[in-house]
Amino acid sequence: MSHSSSETALADLAGLWRIRCFEETVTRLRVEEQIAGSVHLCIGQEAIPVGACAALDLTRDAVFATYRGHGWALACGAGPAALFAELLGRETGTNGGRAGSAYLSDPDHGFYGENSIVGAGGPIAVGAALAARYDGSGRVALTVFGDGAMNQGAVHEAMNMASAFDLSVVFLVENNRYSELTPIAAMVRDADLVTRSAAYGMPGTRVDGNDVDAVRRAVAEAVDTCRSGRGPVLIEAHTQRLVGHYIGDAQVYRPRDEVELARTTEPIVVLTAALRAAGVSDTELTGIETRVRAEIETAAATALAAPPADPSAVKEHVYG
Amino acid sequence: MDEITYAQAVNAALRRALVEDSSTVLFGEDVALPGGVHGVTRRLRREFGERVFDTPISESAILGGAVGAAIMGLRPIVEIMWADFAFVAFDQLINQAANVRYVSRGRLTAPMTVRTQQGATPGSCAQHSQNVEALFAHIPGLRVCLPATPQDAYDLLLTAIACDDPVVVIESRALYHSVKGTVEQDRPRAPVGGARIHRTGSDISVVTWGPMLHTVLEAAQVLEGSGVSVEVIDARWLNPFDTDTVAESVSRTGRLAVVHEANLTGGFGAEVIARVVERGMPLSAPPLRIATDDLRIPAAPGLQQAAIPSRDAVVRQLLSVCAPGVAA
Repeated sequence: MSHSSSETALADLAGLWRIRCFEETVTRLRVEEQIAGSVHLCIGQEAIPVGACAALDLTRDAVFATYRGHGWALACGAGPAALFAELLGRETGTNGGRAGSAYLSDPDHGFYGENSIVGAGGPIAVGAALAARYDGSGRVALTVFGDGAMNQGAVHEAMNMASAFDLSVVFLVENNRYSELTPIAAMVRDADLVTRSAAYGMPGTRVDGNDVDAVRRAVAEAVDTCRSGRGPVLIEAHTQRLVGHYIGDAQVYRPRDEVELARTTEPIVVLTAALRAAGVSDTELTGIETRVRAEIETAAATALAAPPADPSAVKEHVYG
Repeated sequence: MDEITYAQAVNAALRRALVEDSSTVLFGEDVALPGGVHGVTRRLRREFGERVFDTPISESAILGGAVGAAIMGLRPIVEIMWADFAFVAFDQLINQAANVRYVSRGRLTAPMTVRTQQGATPGSCAQHSQNVEALFAHIPGLRVCLPATPQDAYDLLLTAIACDDPVVVIESRALYHSVKGTVEQDRPRAPVGGARIHRTGSDISVVTWGPMLHTVLEAAQVLEGSGVSVEVIDARWLNPFDTDTVAESVSRTGRLAVVHEANLTGGFGAEVIARVVERGMPLSAPPLRIATDDLRIPAAPGLQQAAIPSRDAVVRQLLSVCAPGVAA
């Protein structure tokens, strides 16, 4: 591992830990009932947002994610304190508590939001890319969704329209094998989802979604394709969630040993092992986790100290 | 000033928007090269090039495309060819467009205009005849208007395009080529909202919108012969709804009827009556809703006529409220 790539890899590891620690803290706050409502964690899937966002130019590109989107918001650069505050329903939240865990956005960082309707971000990303045809920004719109969304009509419409008009959209499928609580393999004849790109005449790439660098390279290539006017691109990133579909999901539909096995190939384990093999000391590796954990704890404390969202403003912003 | 049709008025408004604001784009099924299935968008492609384009038959992609483009700073105008087709993609309007401003606490907005057309015309089948305005009007975050004259087809559309929130403009297919009028095109854009009193009267206030305005105006003319003076109010905007104008009218007439082509149950007429009644206005007769019965819409012209309120049916029902015992 060269020095520069080692630097990048260490930053990647910090990015993975940032999301992991955030989600672990969210779990605690949800169990303590300080956070209300459904929460969908991305534990085990962190390498995809970390790798993808590293390949984007978030001063002009736009990310459209799903309700499993805390990691995407963080990877885009949204501040963890504002994100915690959003989940906690605080005034200082990214959306002042109006969005919650499953629908938050932070457009100052190119994060145009989660979406709680499966597959709905696809057509909106098409619109964002459409705007780039007129505004000269060179914007690429990346829309990420799960394997289950591949069976939504809106996603088909989005892929077709983006292809028909050569729009700069990266369709990124986080294939964690489960469409909510049901195996994707039972819901399609061909579970090899990336092959669908051929139907739209767009490039398709399959990538190990637990390998940050592999994701970064795949997205960078897709972004290049788009910026040169040859988009869109479909990327299928294979991964596994180490937790349920939502906090409280008993996961009775999963084989008992599946998560245990997945723990041996999850992104932090993989990258830590690679760095150790490249000669990075355990002290340094542990230091990254410790530093990030402290940063996240401070952010959570800041959010918890913030005032609740102001009920007197609940009727504001319905219309301009 | 030459008279132009309702469809030509829409076309003129679109042209003005495209000329005046370079952030406007127009897209939908068959709107560009073919000029629209009703000819409403004729010649705009030729004049404005790639800012006017045809899309796949993909209502989710059209509406979602508008949401995304609007968030990024364009002012898209999209066409849903028939209002019935909006149901294919309600998600993008109701779950997406309507939420953008509120949920982001104003950090994002979706200034988009959805043009569509609705209603029954001879032979139109049950999936091309529905009147869906109440469904849109129920959704906070959307604005809804229904122009009934060429001037309003022009004015309301320009107001909608200038609005910083998603607006659904429900045009009338029945009126596209059947009504003509002079249209002033140089006026500044009006703000959103505002009903118009088309005919003053003293015995009853009748609120209506869309093509039913013309039926009601004809009925009012007939009733004048029976000594009944009807005030006809074209609501024009259901969201925001101009309750003040209606209430003021009712305070003078003491009677209220609402006439719409949409079917009765859950129709916006109920909302109009509720708003007036809530103000505690004294009424000298129970408020009246005249609407299509709760039916599917048949295709045969004779069946359609039997289903939708006719001029004579409106006359009969208004007479029963204003002058009980007098035969129409």
